[in-house]
Amino acid sequence: MSLTPQEFDYLEKKIGRKPNPVELQIVAAEWSEHCSYKSSKKYLKTLPREGKRVISGPGYDSGVLDVGDGYVVTVHIESHNHPSAVEPYGGAATGVGGVIRDILSAGTRPIAILDGLRFGDIEKDTHARWLFKNAVRGIADYGNCLGIPTVGGEIEFDKCFTNYALVDVASVGFGKKEKLIQNRADGGDYVVLIGGSTGRDGIGGSQFASDKLESENRSAVQIPDPFIEKLVIEVILEARNQHCIKAMKDLGGGGLSCAISETSDALSVGIELDLAMVHKREQDMSPTELMVSESQERMLVITSPEKLETLKEICTKFHVPFSVVGRVTDDNLMQVKSQNDLVAKLPSNIVANAPLLDRPASMPKYLQAITSIKKPKTPNLSKTLLEMLSNPNIASKRWVYTQYDHEVGIRTVIKPGQDASVLRLDNGKFLSIKIDGNSKHCYINPRQGVMGCFDEACRNVVCTGATPIGMVDHLQFGNPEDPEIFWTFKESVEGIIEYAKHFEIPCVGGKVSLYNETDKGPIKPTPLIGVLGLIEGKPLIPKKAQKDDLLVLVGITKDELGGSEYYEYVHKIVGGVCPAIDMKSSKANQEAILKIAPQDLAKSIHDCSKGGLGVAVSEICITNEIGCSVMLDKVPAENLQDDELLFSESHSRFLLVVDPSKLESVISILQKRGIKHGIIGKFSGSSIVFKNKNKPAASIRVDKAQEKWLNSLGLLVSHG
Amino acid sequence: MRVAVIVFPGSNCDRDMHHVLTDVFKLESQLVWHTDELPKNIDAIVLPGGFSYGDRLRAGVIAAHSPIIAQVKKMAEKGMPILGVCNGFQILTESGLLPGALLRNTSLSYICKWTEIIVKNNKTPFTNKFKLNQRIPIAIANGEGRYYADKETLHLLKKNNQIVFTYAEDVNGATMKIAGVCNKEGNVVGMMPHPERSAEQILNPKDAKPASLIFESLLNTLGVIA
Repeated sequence: MSLTPQEFDYLEKKIGRKPNPVELQIVAAEWSEHCSYKSSKKYLKTLPREGKRVISGPGYDSGVLDVGDGYVVTVHIESHNHPSAVEPYGGAATGVGGVIRDILSAGTRPIAILDGLRFGDIEKDTHARWLFKNAVRGIADYGNCLGIPTVGGEIEFDKCFTNYALVDVASVGFGKKEKLIQNRADGGDYVVLIGGSTGRDGIGGSQFASDKLESENRSAVQIPDPFIEKLVIEVILEARNQHCIKAMKDLGGGGLSCAISETSDALSVGIELDLAMVHKREQDMSPTELMVSESQERMLVITSPEKLETLKEICTKFHVPFSVVGRVTDDNLMQVKSQNDLVAKLPSNIVANAPLLDRPASMPKYLQAITSIKKPKTPNLSKTLLEMLSNPNIASKRWVYTQYDHEVGIRTVIKPGQDASVLRLDNGKFLSIKIDGNSKHCYINPRQGVMGCFDEACRNVVCTGATPIGMVDHLQFGNPEDPEIFWTFKESVEGIIEYAKHFEIPCVGGKVSLYNETDKGPIKPTPLIGVLGLIEGKPLIPKKAQKDDLLVLVGITKDELGGSEYYEYVHKIVGGVCPAIDMKSSKANQEAILKIAPQDLAKSIHDCSKGGLGVAVSEICITNEIGCSVMLDKVPAENLQDDELLFSESHSRFLLVVDPSKLESVISILQKRGIKHGIIGKFSGSSIVFKNKNKPAASIRVDKAQEKWLNSLGLLVSHG
Repeated sequence: MRVAVIVFPGSNCDRDMHHVLTDVFKLESQLVWHTDELPKNIDAIVLPGGFSYGDRLRAGVIAAHSPIIAQVKKMAEKGMPILGVCNGFQILTESGLLPGALLRNTSLSYICKWTEIIVKNNKTPFTNKFKLNQRIPIAIANGEGRYYADKETLHLLKKNNQIVFTYAEDVNGATMKIAGVCNKEGNVVGMMPHPERSAEQILNPKDAKPASLIFESLLNTLGVIA
């Protein structure tokens, strides 16, 4: 793989000569889409990044948010899609490893992992099942060994991911503000490579990820070693405590090429690298191989001459291999030596800043065709509801999260399987986190789809009583050279900006992953949104619903079934109108919930989204092991049929379980704000019953629903 | 009263254990790196959970050959209370301080969930505040947590009252649902579940009081010694 002819000419012009073969590979790695963001950067620059809690600094690989009392939270999100589609175990595991090191490189300890996983139709496609099982095992084996809890995530199955996998990993870090790495360097400082040895794994991984998946290029997949990563974490944090780290960068995509050029460029210094010094696991590696290898569990640290010995001692204590690979220089060049030969000498700012592209975009033709659909005939809704509960997209993900250690670190106050996960922080506050994506909605309407994901993640965090303080995005699309695909990317970015501005939530980090396609075609647009929320007081930890407790629905249910699980899973309809956000009412609803939650007025609050009201009510009944009688005619809605009331995935809705004695206070908060709501149900008995003006619409037993919802996914996966 | 929490490369519940001992139960505790000498004036030792040496070869087997284990053995012989949790339990069986072995769970998967264990021996330094058969809501998290012992060993375990905890439900296929055992003398206890994750109410979805009795038993024991 190499540069395009235009890029080659640009490079030649910039450096005033022809690049040699090693230089060419260094630049090709760094100018790959994966590392350079050359297609997307123009648009990413427009995301709102300012906020009162945002701390920004040069060269941070993660977003930093001030949570008060001298503490910060860091966050980052990445994917490892191509590798996971070829080798799901190693691909997913190293995906965890990579994002963890981004958190570490700010000087904070990783305290949580969340993952978003996407595969083909696992009910029919055994290859998709194999990918799913092994990706989960990869994440479990890696995260568990590190002792970082995997506290949440989301999973989606869709035919568009056939023969492919999206493995997104988000991580959160926590630390003292004063211990953040300052990221500065002076001439004469040492450049130290710490951690795993460099080998021939992951060669050209970033370029592999910057093209569609055609060949199973296994040598481009990295090999995981969580034990080394765990030791590297402890080495780095101890070195940080002993002030041995002036600047730091994780070695990820693009390997040394990327780490050296970006560090040198971000800190406005030069770096002289000696490849002979790099500790290797294989003999006779060529300079190019060493520069582009993506071997895992490596960190690049810049330390002063005074601190070099201490840094070495710390590495030795933990038996972590290291090598002093270079010095910082006062110019702005990256110079690479190999056996006394200078094999590359390039200005870092040229290497680190690929010429950006201005890709053409045009609205996809399919969009017009799919908006009008014929409404399906209403099936037997009791049967349909049970079918929906065993739908792999809706069924409990218990089979997955019980394989993840979600308790280690003893911070996990609200555990996986709830709306958002909540972690306690050392300053007595709580952090709420959720990631959400929805390729089905985003396919039908990329702009409304991504805003919906954003709203859903916010709603989940708000359900725990947390105020959103920051977000990260992960934008995953097919080949950006296709104007129709690029249009969906642009729409998504604009949707995020619109929502972020209205809700004043800064974007503190993100990642773009393009070329997600196989010979069968591109994936559906799949942006993922992660939202962090802060709770200054106590989180709303769900309390058990009891007989006579009431169910209150906040928000309006609309005829928005496009992209719903009901249309796609039950009726095999792709199309229609997908849910859209009414910003004003969405904000008002969230604010009302944030008034109700801290006052202990609700026993639990839940988001109503995938699968609609029918699924949300069923999940509440299943987890509380109690029945509920719901009056569909009390649902605030615009003239809908029963199936639409049950399964529409309209946004901005919340379900509250309320003790009768607290009902008045809850209702008065909602009324005062003019928020549409309904007291739609009462808990009792052992059946979930939906009626419309006393006419039965659907009825299922709680135990039967529980059995379907809890066990379907595990049963499916354990049978092959 | 001081408790040494031993840290091996790959231990990952060491800081959690230290926090609970120090901040919750006000026991002075100290993290001790595996190549360091055991401090002189300690009253108890804890081997925390995690993945010492990345579970290479077999969970706990490499750490069991660490030089500090020889010192731990000496203290065990002197009757000092020693608790191994999860990987700490695996290290204690691998080093011969406790009988039996921990095998892969029957599900062949890592299992992280909340369950209940039952106190079967309330005479150990870590269980003397319990009533016999008292139930403890507690977190488990392991891949190799299935306790196994041969017939002869099981016979001795029963005879010497060495079964300390059993699971209320069959979580991983453990022989006789055993969740924790002690040595013949009763001062060395190993358990797969995590008391340090279960002794604070905010973390425990059920009741944190029973799990906190494990630490209060230790306080009780050390109080008697002092």
